Amino acid sequence: MPVNGILGKKIGMTQVFDEKGEVHPITVLQAGPCVVTQLKTALKDGYDAAQIGLVEFVKASKVGKPQAGHFAKSNVAPVKFQKEVAIEAAKAAAEGEAATDGVKAGDRVLVDIFSDEKYVDVTGTSKGRGFAGVVRRHGFGGGPKSHGHMFQVQGSIGASSFPSRVFPGQRMPGHMGVDKVTVRNLRIRGIDIDENLIMVEGAVPGPRDGYVVITKSKAPPRERRGFAGSGTVDPLKASKRASGKKGK
Amino acid sequence: MSIHPVMQRLADKLNRTDLPPFGPGDTVRVQVKIKEGDKERLQAFEGVVIARKNGPQGSFTVRKMSFGQGVERIFPFNSKVLDKVETVRSSKVRRARLFYLRGLRGKAARLKEIERA
Repeated sequence: MPVNGILGKKIGMTQVFDEKGEVHPITVLQAGPCVVTQLKTALKDGYDAAQIGLVEFVKASKVGKPQAGHFAKSNVAPVKFQKEVAIEAAKAAAEGEAATDGVKAGDRVLVDIFSDEKYVDVTGTSKGRGFAGVVRRHGFGGGPKSHGHMFQVQGSIGASSFPSRVFPGQRMPGHMGVDKVTVRNLRIRGIDIDENLIMVEGAVPGPRDGYVVITKSKAPPRERRGFAGSGTVDPLKASKRASGKKGK
Repeated sequence: MSIHPVMQRLADKLNRTDLPPFGPGDTVRVQVKIKEGDKERLQAFEGVVIARKNGPQGSFTVRKMSFGQGVERIFPFNSKVLDKVETVRSSKVRRARLFYLRGLRGKAARLKEIERA
């Protein structure tokens, strides 16, 4: 599938062992099945993208009339969560076709789009922390724990008569969380096509059952040098290591 | 919070089932895979199981005396390092965590053997 990403839900975390016997923390994400609800084209919308929706049960009464019409246009069942993902233009261009060729409204997007990938980026909405103080929100040191203590205060917010104001951008208490957060380059630790699952190494923003967008990694680690994890060998380092051993 | 059905199915898939049942107080011989270069060999670690954690990320702690020095190793059940676990003998114990053995030496650290049916 020439679509760059898929929608999903965070299910939970666990751990897996690799061939070396090392433990890796993984997050289990339900990825898809998704359906293309609309196609954006450069001709009409100024850019190419596919609007996809996560297939799940939606009560008919929960679908507004404008949305119902939108789904009817593409002849797909209503979905709760939809987002736009990029279409892999390079692939389409190589085939000598228009960029959106191969993707139609109503197409299904499955987790197998990541079969050849090593890393993904995951975007979610972080857990809400409410109105948080500076220590929690900005990592301030806080006050002394003794000597007439004031634990979690921020202290001074600037000088006095000059400038007689607080500079913009001064970090203060306020609302924290419920932000869009992207975690890049999470290593794929397993894909279950039957269950529509993808296992990624590390944590993912948001609560369990929170919606996430999973896309192919934008900038995989050290890709330019052809390096992708410890599995591949950096030729320069390997030669150095070999010569070092000989020296001993 | 109950476990998510998907996580349960995943856990059933990932968890190994080839280990025999054993519990605290049992003396076990754990065959540990050790890689030396490209060769693999087994090393036995024999001692008393003093704790056991259950669940998908479960583990068990084995304690033994090595040249008068207490040594404990924690093995995750699903670890690929574990080759085999044999129960050597079982003892009567009255608690699930035998951490009190750490403070005991010699005769005091003995456990009473029972016949496992």
